[in-house]
Amino acid sequence: MKKEGEIRIPSGCAIAGVFAKDGKNINGGLIVRAMTTMHERSNGLGGGFAGYGIYPQYKDLYALHVFYDNMTARSECEKFIDEMFEIVNLSKIPIRKSPKITDEPLIWRYFVTPHQNKLADSQLDEKEYMVRCVIRINTKYTGSYVFSCGKNMGVFKAVGYPEDVGEFYRLDEYEGYSWTAHGRYPTNTPGWWGGAHPFSMLDYSIVHNGEISSYDANRRFIEMFGYKCTLLTDTEVITYIIDFLLRHEKLTLEETAAVIAAPFWDTIERKTPDEAARYKYLRNVFSSLLITGPFSILLGFEGGMMALNDRLKLRSMVVGEKGDMTYFASEECAIRMMEPNVDNLWSPRGGEPVIVRLNGGVNHGN
Amino acid sequence: MAIDFLYPEFEVVRDQSRCIACRVCERQCANEVHSYDEDLKLMVSDESRCVNCHRCVSLCPTRALKIIKSPHTFRENANWTQDAIQEVYRQANSGAVLLSSMGNPKQFPVYWDKILINASQVTNPSIDPLREPMETRVFLGKKPTNITRDQNGKIKTDLPPQLELELPILFSAMSYGSISYNAHESLARAAVEMGTYYNTGEGGLHKDFYKYGAHTIVQVASGRFGVHKDYLEQGAAIEIKMGQGAKPGIGGHLPGTKITGDVSATRMIPEGTDAISPAPHHDIYSIEDLRQLVYSLKEATEYKKPIIVKVAAVHNIAAIASGIARSGADIIAIDGFRGGTGAAPTRIRDNVGIPIELALASVDQRLREEGIRNEVSLIAGGSIRNSADVVKAIALGADAVYIATGALLALGCHLCRTCQTGKCNWGIATQRPDLVKRLNPDIGCRRLINLLTAWEHEIKEFMGGMGINSIESLKGNRLMLRGVGKKKKELSILGIAHAGE
Ligand code: SF4
Ligand code: SF4
Repeated sequence: MKKEGEIRIPSGCAIAGVFAKDGKNINGGLIVRAMTTMHERSNGLGGGFAGYGIYPQYKDLYALHVFYDNMTARSECEKFIDEMFEIVNLSKIPIRKSPKITDEPLIWRYFVTPHQNKLADSQLDEKEYMVRCVIRINTKYTGSYVFSCGKNMGVFKAVGYPEDVGEFYRLDEYEGYSWTAHGRYPTNTPGWWGGAHPFSMLDYSIVHNGEISSYDANRRFIEMFGYKCTLLTDTEVITYIIDFLLRHEKLTLEETAAVIAAPFWDTIERKTPDEAARYKYLRNVFSSLLITGPFSILLGFEGGMMALNDRLKLRSMVVGEKGDMTYFASEECAIRMMEPNVDNLWSPRGGEPVIVRLNGGVNHGN
Repeated sequence: MAIDFLYPEFEVVRDQSRCIACRVCERQCANEVHSYDEDLKLMVSDESRCVNCHRCVSLCPTRALKIIKSPHTFRENANWTQDAIQEVYRQANSGAVLLSSMGNPKQFPVYWDKILINASQVTNPSIDPLREPMETRVFLGKKPTNITRDQNGKIKTDLPPQLELELPILFSAMSYGSISYNAHESLARAAVEMGTYYNTGEGGLHKDFYKYGAHTIVQVASGRFGVHKDYLEQGAAIEIKMGQGAKPGIGGHLPGTKITGDVSATRMIPEGTDAISPAPHHDIYSIEDLRQLVYSLKEATEYKKPIIVKVAAVHNIAAIASGIARSGADIIAIDGFRGGTGAAPTRIRDNVGIPIELALASVDQRLREEGIRNEVSLIAGGSIRNSADVVKAIALGADAVYIATGALLALGCHLCRTCQTGKCNWGIATQRPDLVKRLNPDIGCRRLINLLTAWEHEIKEFMGGMGINSIESLKGNRLMLRGVGKKKKELSILGIAHAGE
């Protein structure tokens, strides 16, 4: 059977997120417990988490999380990492063995910073340098796969039910101000850990529920800008689109939402002439980045989180608030599990982004 | 000479028991097939003049007429077919190039018919276009991805000039001269009504139609007929015609008999003179010359109008398109070898050029590989026959399609393929006033609107089935297509998988 990346595997899913605007630490165990309530939305073929603010001691270094199929792959890839980066720390990612999670690859973590001379030679900015290196490993180094490469954040994912994946990675030993989670229901057996979600690029991580119908239109467009979609998953292409719009095109989060879940023309026409002109401009220039078909996504980034539904709201998504805490989930039960007494709870409309940021923290994207 | 005798291609079958000798057929036939025999008191026919345009058949009040293919044959020969033999006789007699009209009728693969479209099941909902919004608006033009902002941080919204279409279908170039005033009026009014564009072709723009200018694409071809400042300014966009799918590499020839009154004034040439467009533009012998013409036209119109470069689909089309994309053109129109024409040398029409499906697929792919797909929009033409062809063309990578033969069919054309004679019984490819008035522009316009509306409904149904609610998500979405019964090589050029994969 073909591995993920060789064929396109549709899947349904569960997602959840929690964010502390005051930046206070949330234990990773909380989001794992939230996912247990949505067990039925996954089928044990993929689960994962992303945590932000989890590596304060190395907060200025890029944390590479890497899967290796075997030791040969590892030594090959490490040569490349060593060549491109200064490695400040490396170790296996600590795991808790469990019969529910099997066939694990070698899972390593590196805290790195680009070699300054290499970076200067490349004439790229630091982030672009990182992206190119990661894409290179993932496309050229067979048996190696970088699944997380941001600063002060990390992705943890595996084949299994989300709660077992959380247990496996010992997430109750991590603390961060922001967490997202994903449980997967693919219609096919990928059997490959890289195919699980979240998918991430630098500090952007995406968890996504849905199956987009615009996939190939999006993929063929974004690949013009140096991205290479190797997994053929929606999440991968959405991550690249967001990276492109926020980092390359320097759009705000709201503008990004207006591209990927663009308002309908008749909605645009009801806006003020100035606003309408801007919406029209974005829809025209980035027409190939409109995403159609059902999706609900949680985008995690340094200092914030954005929730977004497709423009018809074909996938469920609920948001709850309590003080400085904001909760997101496919189903209300997951929010109630994290906070039984939320102050308010609502279901955002299709195409309307819900954006939360650290109070006084980095105001990203604007 | 007896050896030149060609047995008529069709038989006119008249059921004398039904015929009431009303002589409608006689009056309707510009080819003078029918006549009344006073002695016999019967209608008779000279089938040697019949072109099988169905005008008489359609208007006979008693359904007394039908036209059938003559069963008369040469001795069967798979190599020397009837056409092959007769064409030799005709050329041996005339010493001339054979002329034909409309698109290539030969047995070449129609790739559209070997491509199937996807639909959602279970994992992804289909969308009902009757209940949910379904958008088909398209913009054609350059789309630079370099955002600039004003001092308040707001995005500046100025863009190079764009054409805005309510649905991704435009009427392709057909000149006033090759088709009639009423045909042009029908096309122009339908384009206005449907929020799209029609195209003047190379014959200039009749003053009466300046009022439809906002929905008109004005063409500049190698003969430069009818090109002047006012003309350029009337149009919403300017199309440089480098080639045409039906006759790549050669120019055009409108016989003097069609250059009457208004046609001559519009083309700015004397009445009765042949209008000959040279094969190349004599100021464009290479790509850098094209760039100069593109920029001359932009200068002349103050950079307010997109420039379209229309080329025939030929072998090296991907590289050519890439050159055009870098020449400053805003839109490339590619015309496949099955595209129609008012007159073309038969040999050229039937043997030169390549199918639009393959040309479109390779151009779209090449422009993406070079990272310049956003520099230009692509219009595909050269036999788009129905809404399914439109959907497939867009999924292969076109921004929009051109239709012309389909539009003429809506106006009554019966594809008799004798437009070059100027005696079109349906009032389309003719300048004879008695024939032109047979095409009522009110009805013609209504029928074109009906056609596009019907296609629009069907396109929305296809999109809804795929779970796509805006046409931009269909563009280049080749995953929505599968091939059947085609070779690996063909599928790899089309960039689609085989059904079942
Ligand atoms: S139109 Fe029909 S009924 Fe009238 S003369 Fe011709 S064949 Fe006879
Ligand atoms: S336009 Fe008229 S002459 Fe030409 S093919 Fe159609 S019916 Fe025949």
